[in-house]
Amino acid sequence: MSTAARTTWLRELIRKPYFWGVVAILALLLLNVLKDPNYLALTVNPTNGNLVGNVVDILRASAPILMIAVGMSLVIATGGIDLSVGSVMAVSGAVAMVFMKDAGQSGSLGVALGAIGLALLVSAILGVVNGVLVAYVGLQPFISTLIMMLAGRGIAKVITEGQNTSASNESFRWIANGFMFGLPVVFLIAIVIVIIVGLVVRRSALGLMIEAIGINPKASRMAGIKPSGLLMTVYILSAVLAGVAGIMSVGTVMTVDVSRTGYQMELDAILAVVIGGASLAGGKFSIGGAVVGALLIATLDKTIVFLGISSSATPAFKAIVIVVLCLLQSDRVRGWFVQRRRPPIVRPEPLPAEPKKQEVPA
Amino acid sequence: MTIVQNPHTPQADAPATESGATRLIARSKRVIASNPSVLPTGAAIVIFVGMVIYGEIAYGRILQYNTVSNLFINNAHLIILAVAMTFVILTGGIDLSVGAVIALSSVAGVMLANAGWNPLVVIVLMILIGTTMGLVSGILIQFFNVQPFIATLAMMFLGRGLAALLSTQPERLGDESPILWLGEQFKLIDGPKVNDVVITPGVIIAVIVVLIAFFVLHRTRTGRTVYAIGGSESSSALMGLAVPRTKVLVYVISGTLAGVAAVVYTSRLGIAQNITGIGWELDAIAATVIGGTLLTGGYGFVLGSVVGALVLGLMNVLITRDGGIPPEMTTIITGGILLIFVILQRAVTSKWRT
Repeated sequence: MSTAARTTWLRELIRKPYFWGVVAILALLLLNVLKDPNYLALTVNPTNGNLVGNVVDILRASAPILMIAVGMSLVIATGGIDLSVGSVMAVSGAVAMVFMKDAGQSGSLGVALGAIGLALLVSAILGVVNGVLVAYVGLQPFISTLIMMLAGRGIAKVITEGQNTSASNESFRWIANGFMFGLPVVFLIAIVIVIIVGLVVRRSALGLMIEAIGINPKASRMAGIKPSGLLMTVYILSAVLAGVAGIMSVGTVMTVDVSRTGYQMELDAILAVVIGGASLAGGKFSIGGAVVGALLIATLDKTIVFLGISSSATPAFKAIVIVVLCLLQSDRVRGWFVQRRRPPIVRPEPLPAEPKKQEVPA
Repeated sequence: MTIVQNPHTPQADAPATESGATRLIARSKRVIASNPSVLPTGAAIVIFVGMVIYGEIAYGRILQYNTVSNLFINNAHLIILAVAMTFVILTGGIDLSVGAVIALSSVAGVMLANAGWNPLVVIVLMILIGTTMGLVSGILIQFFNVQPFIATLAMMFLGRGLAALLSTQPERLGDESPILWLGEQFKLIDGPKVNDVVITPGVIIAVIVVLIAFFVLHRTRTGRTVYAIGGSESSSALMGLAVPRTKVLVYVISGTLAGVAAVVYTSRLGIAQNITGIGWELDAIAATVIGGTLLTGGYGFVLGSVVGALVLGLMNVLITRDGGIPPEMTTIITGGILLIFVILQRAVTSKWRT
């Protein structure tokens, strides 16, 4: 009896979309332990009582990825995509750094809060632009956010006048490098934000409505869901979270490098969401899955550095992982694994409501 | 179609507009009335001519041999990319990997050439790298139902990652490398001082690419299938057109032409780096969209995309001449122009549908 219960419990666990993500994290950690048996060792810094160790490093590195992954998972759930997260990170970092530099090199809390507020405000404005283009103008999400992705770097360059800008502010620096209860502050902030977002979308109907838009925008409108406002919310949230990620990532070194900050982070965000078990076609999201995905990416990044592989290879490797995961999601590959006899795969019909286009002129 | 052929002789047109202006307007009206899809392309030509006139008045020295020659020489790669992107966008897809393909192909090519490989073999390999990347995206999109922008985005990161793996330093082509011949400038007309008509083999390659693309799109079965897929994929499949083959082919063409663009660009600069071509996908998409190709597919002209590429090139010239606009603004301006045109397209198409 108990074995049966255990097997169903195990089966339930394996069915969880992010189960394989957890397995991958454990496998990577095991790989590191094989190389260095003390990899997982945590020591307490005797002077200030902070935890020190590789795992703590991983948690700290995962914070910005967590932010953009959560934002991206909601955007993807609506059937859209936000390619601009990396650039928004750069813009937010640039705004914060330039603000603190102009405010003089004071270490006051007020300046830090002002920088954070302004950075998040600018990020939110970029999110509003994305949202308006997608929700009200009706552009394809990837085109509007692609424009923002490339123009965003330009905006960041204009803000910093093309220079790498540094500033010093102890309160701001504490966000990225400080410790609280022995854990990195940046990770605690990220987890708190993730929990708040998770509670808001899952304890209210918001999450269901977001998924409904992704499954069938027309049906959800018939059911009384107004898509425009929800889409706006989702894109603004994604941009604000990317802004938080930008603050976290410039805070570590207190310098913004407009061409490197947040570079290719949209890849990480998409990867985290896909690893978390969400479909890129939209219609479902899992905050827990995105968290597992973000942790996996941070572990992967640290492992690659730890094993001494050139870190410039990571994007190529991640791209291959994305391709493989996309393949696993496709009907054709799933068909190969299913033993039962099935009717041949039917390609999804295009929306019948779309009126026929005019004849193509020569 | 008539109006589309103007871009080749904009500099010849400008003086002639005085006499034939009314006739031209009447004719354009007729063409547009019978065929509204040429409207955006016409708008692109008007913008191009307007920019030429504005530049000539504000800064001078635009309508002269060397400026025009340089416009073509400096934008040969962009013209090729715009032609490639036209094929993809006509089917309703997108290719975000072109910039990364150029980075990978040119870094690999320069390193092989410096390792002493035969330049012809190197050039063929550079093009084949693009073909392979395009083939992979095409297969992912057609046979595994991956959305085009996800598949090509993955190829974009793959290309950049592989290029960075090869080298993160600028790779310089040897000074006596025969590949540089493709970027060498030949004087056609020897004007006063430096005001000459110059041409490079790279420009000739671009022109040949445009001509072949024009022929393929308008005069062959494959080309008509490309348009038909953009119109309605399921209808074309029901009509018995070779939809799967053509969809893969379109990405193969795009990748191959990105390889050709890499050859042309590398031969002109003689330097390749893993960050070459960041944002060129935006330029190529912008050129195509400005040239009147609908992002949803089905409508558009190759020659329009050429005008679009020239508009972007001229914009760079004007920004440099002006001097008051920081060069960092260029991507913002390109993005803004693209945005305006996409929104215009939306407005125009929604009018057709009602």
